[in-house]
Amino acid sequence: MIVVVGFVLLAGLFFQAVAALGVVRMPDVYTRLHAVSKAETLGVLLTLLAVGLSTGLGLTTVKVGLVTLFVFLANPTATHAITRAALRLGVAPWQRHREAGR
Amino acid sequence: MRTLFLTAAVALVGLALVYVHRIAVGPTVFDRLLGVNAIGTKTTVVLLLTGGVFGRVEMFVDIALGYALLSFIGSLAAARYFERTEHRE
Repeated sequence: MIVVVGFVLLAGLFFQAVAALGVVRMPDVYTRLHAVSKAETLGVLLTLLAVGLSTGLGLTTVKVGLVTLFVFLANPTATHAITRAALRLGVAPWQRHREAGR
Repeated sequence: MRTLFLTAAVALVGLALVYVHRIAVGPTVFDRLLGVNAIGTKTTVVLLLTGGVFGRVEMFVDIALGYALLSFIGSLAAARYFERTEHRE
């Protein structure tokens, strides 16, 4: 059991580390939101799955599943709202030739 | 199992510092909003891992659920607020 939990936990940490790397390295706000909305959600899901597996079967597992479901719905919704707000306020998307001309 | 969860929680707090960097330097307000949203999600996970460390997941899961709800609503409200105000550099 501890091997399975450790493996899933490690996979979740890996995807969250990838999301953090994307947030540091990506060139503009839309690409950073892309990193957070996908890699971060998957990493959080895997980490919560590890916690749910470790508790055995019962009411606690169901509650951890509810938290997981909520994060799965809420995190892309929040990042989509931020993206729409940025687009409506006219934050220009990054383009390669604009970067080269600077 | 306990050591595993403790190590993962410490690693996640270290990753949250990366988002703090983005909040500090982010050129637009939306970069900062994104960092706050991501740290809120990460805090939910750290709360559940803390429950695993203490062996009291059944208590911490309610706290984590409440925190996730509040964080989501706060992030959504901030996004709507900045959508309606003028963009100032």
